[in-house]
Amino acid sequence: MAIAVRRAQLQEVALNEDEYRAIVRAIGRDPNDLELGMFGALWSEHCSYKTAKALLRQLPTEGPDVLQGPGENAGAVDIGNGLAVVFKIESHNHPSAIEPYQGAATGVGGILRDVFAMGARPVAILDALRFGPLDGIVAHDRLRRATADRAGDIVLLVGADTGRDGIHGATFASVEMDERSAERRPAVQVGNPFLEKLLCEACLRLNELDGVTAIQDLGAAGLTSAASELAHRGHRGIDIDVDRISRREQGMTPYEAMLSESQERMLILVRPEAEAAARQVFDHFELHADRIGVVTGTGRIRIRDHGVSVADIPLKALVDGVPLRTPVASFPDRQPTVVMPAVEEPEAILLDLIASPNLRSRRPIYRTYDHQVQDNTVFGPGFDAALLRVPGTNKGLALTTDGNPWYVALDPYEGTKAAVAEAARNIVCTGARPIAVTNCLNFGNPERPAIFGQLQESIRGLADACRALDLPVVSGNVSLYNETSERNIPPTPVIGMVGLLEDLSLRCPSGFQEDGDLVFLLGETREELAGSAYLRLLGAPAEGRPPMVSLEMERRLQAAMLDSIGRGVVRCAHDVSDGGLLIALAESALYGGRGLRCPGIVGPISREAFFFGESQGRVIVSVAPRRVPELQQLMTSHHIPLYAIGVIGGEDFQVGSDIRLSLDSLRQAWETPF
Amino acid sequence: MNTGIVVFPGTWSDRDCAHALSDVLGQPARYVDHREERLDDLDLVILPGGFSYGDYLRCGAIARFAPVMEAVTDFANRGGLVLGICNGFQILQEARLLPGALLRNASCEFRCEWVNLRVEQSESAFTLDCRPGQVLRIPISHGEGNFFADPQTLEAIERNGQVVFRYCAPDGRVTAESNPNGSLGNIAGIANAHGNVVGLMPHPERACEDLLGSTDGLALFRSAIHALDRVAV
Amino acid sequence: MTYRAEVFVTLKPVVNDPAGLTIKGGLHALGFDSVREVRAGKYLVLTLDADDEDQARSRVEEMTRQLLANAVIEDYRIELKVPSPSGGGQGGGLRT
Repeated sequence: MAIAVRRAQLQEVALNEDEYRAIVRAIGRDPNDLELGMFGALWSEHCSYKTAKALLRQLPTEGPDVLQGPGENAGAVDIGNGLAVVFKIESHNHPSAIEPYQGAATGVGGILRDVFAMGARPVAILDALRFGPLDGIVAHDRLRRATADRAGDIVLLVGADTGRDGIHGATFASVEMDERSAERRPAVQVGNPFLEKLLCEACLRLNELDGVTAIQDLGAAGLTSAASELAHRGHRGIDIDVDRISRREQGMTPYEAMLSESQERMLILVRPEAEAAARQVFDHFELHADRIGVVTGTGRIRIRDHGVSVADIPLKALVDGVPLRTPVASFPDRQPTVVMPAVEEPEAILLDLIASPNLRSRRPIYRTYDHQVQDNTVFGPGFDAALLRVPGTNKGLALTTDGNPWYVALDPYEGTKAAVAEAARNIVCTGARPIAVTNCLNFGNPERPAIFGQLQESIRGLADACRALDLPVVSGNVSLYNETSERNIPPTPVIGMVGLLEDLSLRCPSGFQEDGDLVFLLGETREELAGSAYLRLLGAPAEGRPPMVSLEMERRLQAAMLDSIGRGVVRCAHDVSDGGLLIALAESALYGGRGLRCPGIVGPISREAFFFGESQGRVIVSVAPRRVPELQQLMTSHHIPLYAIGVIGGEDFQVGSDIRLSLDSLRQAWETPF
Repeated sequence: MNTGIVVFPGTWSDRDCAHALSDVLGQPARYVDHREERLDDLDLVILPGGFSYGDYLRCGAIARFAPVMEAVTDFANRGGLVLGICNGFQILQEARLLPGALLRNASCEFRCEWVNLRVEQSESAFTLDCRPGQVLRIPISHGEGNFFADPQTLEAIERNGQVVFRYCAPDGRVTAESNPNGSLGNIAGIANAHGNVVGLMPHPERACEDLLGSTDGLALFRSAIHALDRVAV
Repeated sequence: MTYRAEVFVTLKPVVNDPAGLTIKGGLHALGFDSVREVRAGKYLVLTLDADDEDQARSRVEEMTRQLLANAVIEDYRIELKVPSPSGGGQGGGLRT
């Protein structure tokens, strides 16, 4: 069949002509419509990472504690006691752009399934309303890898019936959006959290059965992707009888059944002798399971409809055969140095900053969802990092996500380094040691050289920072083509990080704890204002170089923090980031409900940079007066500069003669509703 | 005290209740499947929080017809101790074991936050260990906890001393600002006429450890243990 | 015979309806100032088999009393759509 004839079809499945020729070479003939649809789905950017794959190879993915790196449903890291933490991050940009409520809900649903597919009970979700990363806990020996490893195993499809949801959702994520996108609304699915909960409980119980060999979530590209990846990972093949799939609507074609993205479905592989036991589990939870196929030794995915072959494709070509794309990258000229406006009214600026949408209290948002269920939340939302008890132990898991799109826009390399460094600082401020990273790279259309340049630089920064801080990247997500009517989103890499606190009694809060304690700034403040919240507030143009990150300095600072918190020297610690030092001090005052008296600017630095600059590698800590000498000694031994900032106490927040605000007025500004 | 924790499809807080009872208080507890029909081995039945049957139709409306609810009703009528927390409170009302109903929060938003509760009476099985006027710090987590009863019912509940907890300020004053969901009379929890069945929206099982922010929730479970001792004597 | 029943469940007038109030606020914000009150409720469509109209109606009444509405807070109204004698499967042959 001539390519010209299929041009419209190729457009529909978002493949180019070179890719079509590669398919023909791989299977030795023209693909039929179903086969072309399956290639379109698995060779989409969303499923194949054909643009980002080569770049992602730079990332460190191994470490002594890594039990599962990228490539599975989610990554897993050892946390001692025979337990592992399973976590990953996801974006759900395209569906959420069309239908925010259902898009966000199904985004959460998908990542939950990724975690319980690993055999882990989900324990926490983080959100920054750009994504939903998630953690779960599982015993090592119950950690589940989704691989078809033996021919003859039975393929069960469990959960919701298959409908026409999200057909082409995967290819759809690879084309730019336009005003007509709303018409494709069926590409967005409606979540059923109730069914998801039953599925979660059933999968966790299945995980304890012998003879259940794989549990795999059906996500993008539905059954096609799940079945192909399972079989290919185990170097096996898979046969599917598409007519055995329970459907929500009549008249669905094999194409629709194989590419449906209906939610709340899992693919389960069981040994034939274990099928009855597995079915008992489904019956207990009143879930429906179809026996839709069998694992083979053919290395091919074969689809039959009422016994007639409708697709027959070698898995290697389908899963691994996509020709990698190497777009052209371009890099902007070095940004000019920013001109610093002088601070005229620091008090008013502080109030405006702390009331600004990016710095004000998030309580109106996080109180609208449950952040306590499961009885493990030690530090809930609203602080540097969340801290959860590891069930049944005295250990804690610290979790955070970070990313500063303004820095990345000015300098993708430094900006992404800063995101990793800030995430790690947030973790160490709780007393926990960072152990692993997950990343979510959200960018515009990589076919535009400037965008591909951003992606390339961002991944280089991620790789350098993770290597310098000894952090393996165990899972991740790349979302490209985030573009609406010619406008690309700002480059938005988001870093999720998990840390381990060996003894919860050593946890360190972010708020001031005791009147009379002394507050110190650790780290160096430089004349850096570009990319700051302060300049944005003043309406200054986005230009200049964002704060530079010295990874060597970060490493030392983090070691010094863990040392001081581990010895019980500091009573509270808070990362200095968006908004700068005054914002960090005000937040600690508000968290702890205690005032602060500061004599004024410390060191040879401009007032603007000292108050509102966002130099990296800085933390504020509070210390009881008698322990100050210990802190000084520790910082000297770690080569970390230390500046006395002020004394905790009173009802006011006071900085030299520049600022005198009551805590109440500060709180009122901070609690500005959304 | 042998506790049964009822698990409906969609129940969420079953494990938290088991943790509070077994791990924190060292009391025997088991899960009760929604299809079970016998509760003879139990001293206390907890209907925990969650979203039974997806909260579809009305919170608790479908769970109320699960086979176990007939057994729970018998158990309560024989004087057994029953505690309904959050979704469990909604189910007890749907089952008419407790009066009134719980509407959508006045804010129309879900609320998860710490609240203060004033103990209104120390006669119920779950407040024996408290003194009237005592303030407990316990979290809420619900979208439909806005207590409603028609004027006659409300008057009767108040007159009979069936109001067990009210939302209040930290100092115990019952104020409009401290009412998180619009409940009539700031009512957070009520008892049946005998005091052996109590339902409340806040989650005492989340307030049983200092590590998690409060131990005030223990008072309810300890009261139940003492209530049983009293019966045994 | 197959019947179609529509059940409308609304909060009793005495019960505060925050969803209705919020929707009214939204309508006013859009300039629909003439809206005096909004009551939000549920609309359920049941397809059921029954021997005759009376039986269908009494069954739906029973279902509504037991499960579909909560008499403590809600009122309900039932509309039964009866297949017309001539309407053999053409889809349009329903009358209220």
